[in-house]
Amino acid sequence: MSQAQAAAEGASPPNAGATATAAALASYSDPVVRFLTACAVAWALAGMAAGVWIAAELVWPGLDFGQPWLSYGRLRNLHTNGVIFGFGVSALMGTALYSVQRTCHVRLFAPGLAWFCAIGWQLGVLAGGASLLAGWNAGKEYAELEWPFDIAIAVVWVCFGVVFFGTIGRRRIRPIYVSNWFYGGLIIVIAMLHIVNSLALPVGWGKSYSLFAGAQDAIVQWWYGHNAVGFLLTGGFLGMLYYFLPKHAGRPIWSYRLSIVAFWAFTYSYIWAGPHHLHYNAIPAWVQSLGMVMSLVLLAPSWATMINGVMTVAGAWRKLRTDPALKFIVLALAFYGLATFEGPMMSIKSVNVVSHFTDWTVGHVHSGALGWNALITFGTFYFLVPRLVGGALHSVRLANVHFWLALAGTMLYVLAMWGAGVSQGVLWLALDHIGDVRFGFRDIMASMAPYYALRLLAGVVFLVGAVLMAWNLWRTVQGRPTAVVHPP
Amino acid sequence: MNAVELHKKLESNAGLLIFGILFVSAIGGLVQVLPSVFQDSLVTPTAHTEPYGALELVGRDIYIREGCGNCHSQQVRPLLAEVRRYGPYSRAGESAYDRPFLWGSKRTGPDLHRIGGKYTDAWHRLHLVSPRAVVPKSIMPGYPWLADAPADAGDIARKMRILRRLGHPYTDAEIAAAPAALQGKTELDAVVAYMQVLGRPPPPDEGNQAP
Repeated sequence: MSQAQAAAEGASPPNAGATATAAALASYSDPVVRFLTACAVAWALAGMAAGVWIAAELVWPGLDFGQPWLSYGRLRNLHTNGVIFGFGVSALMGTALYSVQRTCHVRLFAPGLAWFCAIGWQLGVLAGGASLLAGWNAGKEYAELEWPFDIAIAVVWVCFGVVFFGTIGRRRIRPIYVSNWFYGGLIIVIAMLHIVNSLALPVGWGKSYSLFAGAQDAIVQWWYGHNAVGFLLTGGFLGMLYYFLPKHAGRPIWSYRLSIVAFWAFTYSYIWAGPHHLHYNAIPAWVQSLGMVMSLVLLAPSWATMINGVMTVAGAWRKLRTDPALKFIVLALAFYGLATFEGPMMSIKSVNVVSHFTDWTVGHVHSGALGWNALITFGTFYFLVPRLVGGALHSVRLANVHFWLALAGTMLYVLAMWGAGVSQGVLWLALDHIGDVRFGFRDIMASMAPYYALRLLAGVVFLVGAVLMAWNLWRTVQGRPTAVVHPP
Repeated sequence: MNAVELHKKLESNAGLLIFGILFVSAIGGLVQVLPSVFQDSLVTPTAHTEPYGALELVGRDIYIREGCGNCHSQQVRPLLAEVRRYGPYSRAGESAYDRPFLWGSKRTGPDLHRIGGKYTDAWHRLHLVSPRAVVPKSIMPGYPWLADAPADAGDIARKMRILRRLGHPYTDAEIAAAPAALQGKTELDAVVAYMQVLGRPPPPDEGNQAP
């Protein structure tokens, strides 16, 4: 039996013959998955609501009401940390713990420790979010949480690794399925990046000074920052794709060899791409050039995975008409392809000269974060949540409405930011006939108002869709116990 | 044994897989990042770069606390338009005392690396508390709470000692005098003081002078 087939068989019907006690002992540890899924949905709403709020502040700056904790600079950190570490990681942890059991045909290793990770992570993000609003800020993008949280994150993360690899260690299928390579990569590489980038000397509970300074700090930070995107927002979610797409399409992964090549090429080349965040900044030119070249190389494994995914769905296209969950996953794949094409293009120095520091970057991030990460998670949840309670989705129609809202919201967002970003980039660099700057910064900034208003609208549309999903999933699980599923 | 057979070994042994991922993902960092971390010239201050004084250091920490870096970069790129707009491009050594670096990734507002000396203290005070009073179309938040908060949180000497341990050349006398330098100052004073030293003095070998 090939790995893909093994994964595609997946959830088996409950073993009716077993006694109640034996069932409790041997069944998959799914309650912790259900908890993490619920947390992910809650974080999606909170994190995206914070995003909508700060988008509104850029249209009506008075919306902070003079309150420090509502101020853009603090709330933006809550938005990014809430969606990445609250929504994203909860979803990844939940789906990793779900799929690793099914691809290994065993229940979780140390389910108690899994609960410790699940609850510990939620408390960490919750308290961490409060600390960001209170003004605790390490000052590094996507690593804003201060050192007490950095330590807590590291501890929980290592425990997550113990549960995950412990489960793989006692698997009853010899090959380790490809989704687990990606989830494994997520756990290992994020641990490495997080620990190195967070090195600092504390001054007090909420303040520390980085061990690295200036240009060196910049290089270390974007080695971390770009690969948090790489191994969390890309690799982690590819793990989700490799398990849930074949499951859902009812077909094995198209090419096993392509998945091998794509995985190792991805793991090797992503790490080098960070310096494209520092083009024309005060770091060595060879570091920038290497970062650019490796970013271009990255297009190959990214698209190899996309092609593998699209070809897996090929032959199951008719399912798209009736199945909103698969629609979400396929659209996510399309946005994955778009974002992983746009990224390498933006890493080219002569393109980056225009795009750097502009809203184009923000648009690029969101075509990945909304179009890829959020959509694949939504699709996965529409598939996963009914199975967790052994029922059917409350409303397929509502899920279809959500699909169109999510697509419209993402497209509007990306288009608004392309318009804003390209305008900024070109106008900032424009020179007049005597070689002086042609437009004042303030005028360019003021001309952003319509784009920012459109972006706010896009965010609201996307958030409304997410609220519909939360309601739909809530009605699906309401009053139902977690289904008891046994390894085959 | 062909590559697929080789991979079958890797993917049926969790230990090998973990090691493989760690090894393959570490190469980029070891070749590209590690040399920079040991390249002293990247963090050698320029002849004109001084460690932040007590008040400026407090101001910088407030700048970080309020997330100013979300909208303001501190990195003038060596491009004609940027040098014309902002002043001399940023040198690595000018950030030698920046922990963390604050080069930023987004300019919703303008770059601030050469902001020092461009506006008066009075302009900065008004602008920070009430941005639209001086820039009508600005979308920057106001920071009225800075005007009421004292700059001295009681930890300035400790901050400077820790930075000294990291290599910032503060003398005992400077550290001893720090609390007195913050006496009676507000957080607003501190941020303004920080703004005024940013990028100052500019590198001397630059044809394009900061306006």
